[in-house]
Amino acid sequence: MVAQAEEVIQHRSKLLAYIARWLLTTNHKDIGTLYLCLSFTLFFIAGAMAMVIRLELFQPGIQFAEPQFYNQMVTMHGLLMVFGVVMPGFVGLANWQIPLMIGAPDMALPRLNNFSFWILPFAFGLLLSTLFMEGGAPNFGWTFYAPLSTTYGPPSTDFFILGIHMMGISSVLGAINIIVTIFNLRTPGMTLMKMPLFVWTWLITAFLLIMVMPVLAGLVTMMLTDRHFGTSFFSAAGGGDPVMFQHIFWFFGHPEVYILILPGFGIASQIIPTFARKRLFGYHSMVYATLAIAILSFVVWGHHMFTTGMPVTGQLFFMYSTMLIAVPTGVKVFNWVATMWRGSMTFETPMLFTLGFVILFTIGGFSGLMLALVPADFQYHDTFFVVAHFHYVLYPGAIFGIMAAVYYWLPKWTGHMYDERLGKIHFWTAVIAVNLTFFPMHFSGLAGMPRRIVDYSLQFTDFNMVSSIGAGLLGLTQILFLYIVIKTIRGGEKASARVWEGADGLEWTVPSPAPHHTFEVPPPFPPMMEDNERTPLNE
Amino acid sequence: MNEAPRYYVPHSSPWPIIGSIALFVTAYGAVTFIHQSTDTVAAEGSFGQPIFFTGLALIAFMMFGWFGIVIRESLDGMTSGLLDRSYRMSMAWFILSEVMFFGAFFGALFYARIISVPWLAGAGNNLETHVLLWPDFADTWPLFMTPGGGITEAMEAWGLPFINTVILVTSSVTVTFAHWALKKNQRVLLPIWLAITVALGSSFLILQVIEYQEAYTELGLTLGSGIYGSTFFMLTGFHGAHVTMGTIMLTVMLLRSLRGHFSAENHFAFEAVSWYWHFVDVVWLFLFTFVYWF
Repeated sequence: MVAQAEEVIQHRSKLLAYIARWLLTTNHKDIGTLYLCLSFTLFFIAGAMAMVIRLELFQPGIQFAEPQFYNQMVTMHGLLMVFGVVMPGFVGLANWQIPLMIGAPDMALPRLNNFSFWILPFAFGLLLSTLFMEGGAPNFGWTFYAPLSTTYGPPSTDFFILGIHMMGISSVLGAINIIVTIFNLRTPGMTLMKMPLFVWTWLITAFLLIMVMPVLAGLVTMMLTDRHFGTSFFSAAGGGDPVMFQHIFWFFGHPEVYILILPGFGIASQIIPTFARKRLFGYHSMVYATLAIAILSFVVWGHHMFTTGMPVTGQLFFMYSTMLIAVPTGVKVFNWVATMWRGSMTFETPMLFTLGFVILFTIGGFSGLMLALVPADFQYHDTFFVVAHFHYVLYPGAIFGIMAAVYYWLPKWTGHMYDERLGKIHFWTAVIAVNLTFFPMHFSGLAGMPRRIVDYSLQFTDFNMVSSIGAGLLGLTQILFLYIVIKTIRGGEKASARVWEGADGLEWTVPSPAPHHTFEVPPPFPPMMEDNERTPLNE
Repeated sequence: MNEAPRYYVPHSSPWPIIGSIALFVTAYGAVTFIHQSTDTVAAEGSFGQPIFFTGLALIAFMMFGWFGIVIRESLDGMTSGLLDRSYRMSMAWFILSEVMFFGAFFGALFYARIISVPWLAGAGNNLETHVLLWPDFADTWPLFMTPGGGITEAMEAWGLPFINTVILVTSSVTVTFAHWALKKNQRVLLPIWLAITVALGSSFLILQVIEYQEAYTELGLTLGSGIYGSTFFMLTGFHGAHVTMGTIMLTVMLLRSLRGHFSAENHFAFEAVSWYWHFVDVVWLFLFTFVYWF
């Protein structure tokens, strides 16, 4: 009996120690893992919501979801994907990789790092709990335009507002941590212009976060006071303006979409040189292009609201500034292609996902250019063409970027190689499914199918059926991804320190799996790679 | 390699998770409290108010604990120059985020003044809106009468607000004197200047309360009196909240300096608070100019 009781106690204390480790940790690798797990979990929840949407849109008419519920699914899917999947996913990668890539022992402010993460499960708990509340979850789209969200929003909108506040606090604190780590903890010799591009893009992303998340906080605060304290920011009767909501929202929202893609650019810029076995073409122009995109992102927000009433001069300004963004983005795509030019290329899974990223993201960029044209946008606005556009930049853009990064660095994190055959199957099914899902939306959108509506006209049925079949396949594919990741964590072929033949950078100088604490003293830079060959990152 | 900086990575800490829980409790409490007091949903038997204040107490508890550790680490000399630099940088970036937070409200103010109010009165191509919807509405600022017919009076700039401007600018000077005293190791002058700054901050807040009372009782200027009242109270209210935080922080600095904390070389917390105080002061100058004066 006594022995048994002792065993139970021991077991319990082990469990408690395990829980305490993850709750109290200040280690950047632990926290990175936590971020990635949260992102992955919400990816499946938000994905399930997308499945509801596609199931409903398989046929015209109302089959599975009442309009109210459909609206809630559209809203929550968007919010979760943006704030719960892509942002924490990238922050998780930043936590794991930035200290490893710049030769730092940890993030600059490790306790704050823990705080930034642990706010999020509570924030998303609050957000998800609205689904079960009286009056339902927020149902006004992830852009929560006034007056849909102020005058007509359900009571749960207030929980959504406070949830956004919590996510904002987490993002700002996380971004401060990342910037300070990059500025302050680089190993001696790594000047700014010798930083890996993933670090550069995250530096700029963190700057964008600090600039715009507080604006979002201010916006939802005004919503809250409009809803309950009698202010009239978004009400014309009091001298305010619902369109002002859109201006402030998109002042946040446009930089936000670059927050969702810039780290992906950084990931592509790490992976392509590795598998092309060449240095990155045009490192400096990559840095300047990223900076240019970030700066321009502050002056293009009006292109989201061409149809909402804006003087012609405003429309012209936003049209031209938006098209200007194509220039630095084009520089980036050119540089990626030029890096591959005459490279000694191999096509392991991370490279495949990156190639998918480059090609399909560019398609999303092109449809973005179409949307930037004011007269054309009058036609495309609020149709499925817009849905096609931003899913092309977000799914094969941001999400493929994260997946490429996971395949690329998973051996470093776990010490095991993933199953290359399964990885390739994952990529090819994903790339087929993504196109099957989102490409027909271009056509249904151009033909006039409005977005965010539960039912549609008969003539859009074929395109929607194809989309729905693609979406189902896409959802199943990600279960394969989950299986691959778990399998790699549990075992597999041992990974070497360098993992990839052509890999370069400080993270490949530490053993795989990376020890719990790395770089207690600053490592030499340029890095000493395994074969003792000094390979400068760029010169 | 010998002169390479030594890194200090703290051990695991309970305070962040306590802070996360505190934030969650505060957020949940705030919403139920609001719902309770505005009858948004049937809120009988909900405990919004006590939950909200429990959350706030937890946040205060977390700050005591967390800052307590940081102070102890600093007093034990574990804080390297490198960490000090990290702290400084993060404070500067945090202040930038605060600037952007106020930026949202200033954006709303300028949008209302330059765009929405003139447009409602028919400017640009909005004549029909004016004629058909709000024919009696006139474009004035401060907005005495809203399109919906709400009426208010404006807050006069050269009364209490001007006195408050003088007070806050003076307090920015006195906190700098305190900083100089600290740098010259004048341990008597330091708390005196700090105490004066705290006193100035507190009197600012008292005057602000009096001003709000006047606005509500005599001028009919309330949160509900149109976009003028909205921007007025949102901007001055959040500024006042920041002054309150700043005054509390200055008080903590005062108490710490009396206990012999800080040295001429190592006083990050003091500098962070003084930066914050200057930031609050600068925000006020913008407020005075654009909310009260012009």
